[in-house]
Formats: sequence, structure tokens, C-alpha cells
Amino acid sequence: MHGEGTSRIHFHCVFGAFEGRSAGAGLFHTLLCVQRSAHSAVWKKRSVLSSPSASKIDSLRSKVELLKLPLTLSSKSISERKTRLGGATERSRGGAGAHKPRPPAPDMDNESQYSGYSYKSSHSRSSRKHRDRRDRHRSKSRDSSSRADKSVTIQAPGEPLLDAESTRGDDRDDNWGETTTVVTGTSEHSVSNEDLTRASKELEDSSPLECRRFAGPVLSGVLGLFALLTPLAFLLLPQLLWRDSLEPCGTPCEGLYVSLAFKLLVLLISSWALFLRPPRATLPRFFVFRCLLMALVFLFVASYWLFYGVRVLEPRERDYRGIVGYAVSLVDALLFIQYLALVLLEVRHLRPAFCLKVVRTTDGASRFYSVGHLSIQRAAVWVLDHYYTDFPVYNPALLNLPKSILSKKMSGFKVYSLGEENSTNNSTGQSRAMIAAAARRRDNSHNEYYYEEAEMDRRVRKRKARLVVAVEEAFTHIKRLQDDEAASSPKHPREVMDPREAAQAIFAPMARAMQKYLRTTRQQPYHSMESIIAHLQFCITHNMTPKAFLERYLAPGPTMQYQRENGSRGRQWTLVSEEPVTSALRQGLVFSLRRLDFALVVTVTPLPFLNLGEEFIDPKSHKFVMRLQSETSV
Amino acid sequence: MSFIPGHPVTAVVQRIEIHKLRDGDNLILGFSIGGGIDQDPSQNPFSEDKTDKGIYVTRVSKGGPAEVAGLRMGDKIMQVNGWDMTMVTHDQARKKLTKKNEDVVRLLVTRKSLENAVRQSMMQH
Repeated sequence: MHGEGTSRIHFHCVFGAFEGRSAGAGLFHTLLCVQRSAHSAVWKKRSVLSSPSASKIDSLRSKVELLKLPLTLSSKSISERKTRLGGATERSRGGAGAHKPRPPAPDMDNESQYSGYSYKSSHSRSSRKHRDRRDRHRSKSRDSSSRADKSVTIQAPGEPLLDAESTRGDDRDDNWGETTTVVTGTSEHSVSNEDLTRASKELEDSSPLECRRFAGPVLSGVLGLFALLTPLAFLLLPQLLWRDSLEPCGTPCEGLYVSLAFKLLVLLISSWALFLRPPRATLPRFFVFRCLLMALVFLFVASYWLFYGVRVLEPRERDYRGIVGYAVSLVDALLFIQYLALVLLEVRHLRPAFCLKVVRTTDGASRFYSVGHLSIQRAAVWVLDHYYTDFPVYNPALLNLPKSILSKKMSGFKVYSLGEENSTNNSTGQSRAMIAAAARRRDNSHNEYYYEEAEMDRRVRKRKARLVVAVEEAFTHIKRLQDDEAASSPKHPREVMDPREAAQAIFAPMARAMQKYLRTTRQQPYHSMESIIAHLQFCITHNMTPKAFLERYLAPGPTMQYQRENGSRGRQWTLVSEEPVTSALRQGLVFSLRRLDFALVVTVTPLPFLNLGEEFIDPKSHKFVMRLQSETSV
Repeated sequence: MSFIPGHPVTAVVQRIEIHKLRDGDNLILGFSIGGGIDQDPSQNPFSEDKTDKGIYVTRVSKGGPAEVAGLRMGDKIMQVNGWDMTMVTHDQARKKLTKKNEDVVRLLVTRKSLENAVRQSMMQH
């Protein structure tokens, strides 16, 4: 058990040491390979070395050295890790509370709090934060900031590399490596063996993700092809088998041939349009209507074949016109099923019947949408489609109250009762006094919040003003070269630049103002220097004004704006619902779509029934009088 | 002073007799009126019921005959020399008050304080 405990600590530490800094991607990937393929062997090895040493930090360091063996790592990186780890452990050995001074991060509220806790306590902030980190690691995709020096990812197959929507602020990434070396090895919070096996199983399950997406269309394609070829088979089989004994069939047959061909063409095109296009989302359960329709088609075709086999093939029917008519009736029936499919799949959900309220759990951004009759899973897909274009991007750095306000609230009185027997009155009086004091004290924090907000607004506005001025000025340095000017300017030979060079030329004066503004509004993970220059080049090419260039940075855009190009891998969302997800929407239903660090909660309310009345107003009836209010003196 | 359609209006009234003052060719009473069935009752600052379209005293000039006689600002005039003032237009009210061949007008006016006084005296018994 103890060995198990320390081996868990070790896994913690590995996460912490390797994750935050550069060159971690390959490292981590190999680590995961190890974990997936031979984790049991590694675990055993670790447990052997576990020593019940008083200082757990030393055991951590020894475990790191051991891990070098199964992985092909360069010694340089390991020594780098070791020095960092050693440095961190030295710091932490000095006292659990002493951390190196971090860059001012308003959401880091653990600087002053550590002094109160020993590093053995299980409720320290680092372990709690670490638990959150680990929960994210356990899932498939890992987020990271978009900066090049910090791209560490768990690359599971079929998952996006960089997940821009749930990016954490770089403050957290910065400090993550340092704090977790002091991790406390309590059993309930560390990665246990079954967690690892579960993670590995999840990774294995995700590999047929690509195949799952296309299984549905392939099946329906096969069925559709079979259904389409059936009438042709009906027509051809008698010709092939007993051609001589067939009655010749003149003009009516030819008419039927033409109509058959046309209907088959329409069927082909519409079934491709309805069924065969790969869907943009994989649903957790079967798509009920589609399954129903496929079953119906199968039933139809099977029964037609049955009758064909019994009535035509067996007795070698000679009336060819009847056979052609039979084939045409099959095609008609398929067309009607096609029509039904059109209504069920495409039209029914267009007429609005429900109003969905979508609220994001982390910052309360909400929208209202009108949808028709859908099942829960289809409604979830619909909501997500609109989420990517409507909701402002989720910025985790904007969530927390400034530390100065929270710290006052967090440090509360600790009331220790000293074991007096008849102290009930005293304790209630004491607790009441404490609550009253706490309530009175809490009255000040909203004041501080107000001033802090005002100060923040002022700062943002100031930076924004500087940014706007800098950008406007930068844009005046550039002018589009007209075609006639190129010929006639021998006196002032100006250097002719293409858009990229022009963008780079004018980026320099505005770079500082831009960086300060992005830092103030906590947007800097979303915009790298490269992306800003690319955007600048784009704006210059299209003759945009400085204001048009800035619109991307002055307001947080929808999440779609920050998506990377690897959308083919897909975004992983989890649908959480109490009802089975194929049931239809109805009033009062609540389901949520969970992502790694935030969720969308969707509430369904029906749209009100409208009673529209009529009132006729005669245009001549609009008459007015003055409002009199006279006063006469008598 | 509330008005219920179809029922007679009851009020506690005070008799006020004003002797007109001759000022050149005019006879003045020394107050101003507002209200009337052709006016907007919601703008009347003196009425309790804002749908009351009666004639109200809006101003009493200092030292004039009306003030001497006891008329106060905010009084509602119910009758002038026997003519009803509760359902007249503004102009009709003015005419009834400023008849040239009358030197004295006898008004019946009502105000809230009268009603309160009567109620208080009734409660004492």
C-alpha cells in the first residue's frame, strides 16, 4: 500500500516536471506509450524502489532517474529536469509556503495561503489544483496555450492537438511545474492504477473514431444501392432467363422504361443527398429516424423480392408488361419513402416549436434559440453548431475575482472549542458573534470589488486608447502604390513591398501597445505575434482601415474565430442527460454538453401558443383634441 | 367628493359671499378658476380624484374680495348663485361668475378640511 502510494506520487511528479516546459511533447508521448503498453511492468519496477523515507521529495527524485531507463530520452533533457526539480525541491524543503515569486497573476491565490499549511496536508491548494489538472489529463485531449514554447499535448489518436477553446491562461501554465513538486501523496487524490488502466482503455477506444463516423453512411449506402438495383434486376432477370417465351411489349413498356429511368435517377440523387453525406457529428446513440427509414426500405425491398420470387421466377411469368409495371410500382414506393424521409429528417425540425436556453457554466454567457421537434441528441448537435459562431470565446483568465478581494473573504476565523462541557451557550454565542463579524467584514469586499472593477475599466480604456492611436499612426506610414505612380516617380524611388513586408514594417511601432492591451484584457494566449502580423497583412491587402484591423482584438469574438485548421479530427463533447438521448424534446427538459473545463446547460421551454386576433381600424377614426388646462381669473 | 355616476353628489359645503370690487369698468372677484368638463382633469393639482371635472379655485389674490370672504386655494366650487358648477364647461363657469349686473356672488364651496372637521366632530359624539 505504501509502495502504491509513493508510486502514485511519482506519477504526479512526472506530470509536473515534464508538462509545463518546452520539448515536452515528445517526452510526454513516449511516456504515454509506456503507460499504455507496459504500465504494469513499470509500476512494479517503481514499487520495488519505494522506500519509506521521511522526505518524500528525495524518493521523487530517485524515481525520476529510474524512469530514464524505459524511455529513449536524451540525457540533457533529464538533467535539465533534474536541476529544475532539485531547485524546486530545495525551495520546497525550505518551507512549504515559500515559492519563487511569480509574475503577477491575479488568479493565483496561493501565495499567501501556503504558509498556513504543511506540505503533508491533503487540502493544500496545489493538490487541489493538481487534481484538476490530472482530471484533464485523464481525458483524451489536452489543452495548451497557443504559444510555441509551451505546446505540450497528450496526443491520443483521433483527437485534436491544440484545443483552442479551452485554453488556460499562461499564468497557470507558468507555475504549474513549480508547485506540483511539493505534491502531497495522499491516496485519494493521486493517480491510482485503475485510473491508469481506465485512461489507457479510453485511448484504445478512441482509435476507431474515424471508422465510427462512416459506419452509418456506409450501411445506408449499401442498402440504398441494393434498393436501387432491385428494379433493374426485376427487369433484367426475365430477359436473361427466359427471353424467348416472353411476350413482346410495345410502346407502353417504353413509356414505363423512361419513367423508370427518370425515377431511379431522382432516387439516386436524393438518397445521396439525404443519407450518404457524412454527418458532421457522431451521435451517442442511433439516429432513430434514419434507422426506421432504413428498416422500412429493407422491409419493402424484401417483400417485393419475396413476391417476385414466388410469382415471377417460379412460374416463369410471361407477361413482361406486368413485370415492368411491378418494377415501376417498387420505384414509386421507394419515392414515397424518400418523401417521408425528407419530411422526417429535414423539414420537421425547421418549424420552430421549442425555445432552448443555452448557458455556459463558467461565465454565464447565454443565448436563446428556436428549434423544431428534434431528439435530444440532434438538438445537442444543433446547439453546438450555433455555439461555435455565437458565443464569445471562453477565456478562463477572465473568471476570477482579483486576489485582493478574495483573500479577505477566504481568511476566516477559526473557532476552536477547548472542550468545555457546558459550553453550548458559549459556542452558539461565539458562532453568532463570528458570523456577525464575518458579515460585517464582508460588507467591505463589495466596495473593493467595485473600485477594482472601475480601476480595471480605466486601465483597459487607457490601453485601448493608446493602441488605437498607435495603430492609426502606423497605418499612415503605408500607402497603396497606384499603377500610374510606379512609372512616374524617378525623383523619389520608394521601396516597393509586398503585403507581408509592409505588415512587418508597420508592426514594430504598434507592437508594444498591442501587447500591453492584450495582456490587460487577458487575450494574449489567443493571439501570437505571427497571427497578428498575418492579420495585419490581410487587412492591408484588402484596404481596411485601422478600425477594421482592430475589431478582432477589441472584442472577444466567437469561438470559431480561434479554431485551428485541424477540424477534421473533431471536437469532443459529452452529452449529459437524465432522459435517454433519443427521446424527443419536451418542456422542462434539461441536458448539458460537457467539455473539459466548462459545460453548456440547455433548458427546453415550448414556444407559447399564439392567439392572433384581428382588429380593424378605420383610417378616418384617428382624431385628436388638445389637452386644455386653462385658468381664468375672475 | 367622489363621484359615482347616477348618484347625487354629496359634500360638505361652506357658503361664501363675495362682494365684487369695482375696478374701473370691471368687477373683479380676486381669484382664478380652473377645470371644467372640457378640460383635462388629470392635470388638476387640487383634486383628489383625478377624473373630477369640477371647477376649482387655483389662485386667490392677496387682499382681494375672495380672500376676505374666506375663499381658499384648492376649493371646489359647487354652486354660484344657485347655478350648478359641477358639470359646466370652463367658459360657462367664467360667465356665471362675471355677470355684470351682479354685485354679489354667493358660492357654495367644498374642501377636504371641511369634511374632516365634520367627521371629527361626529366622532366625538
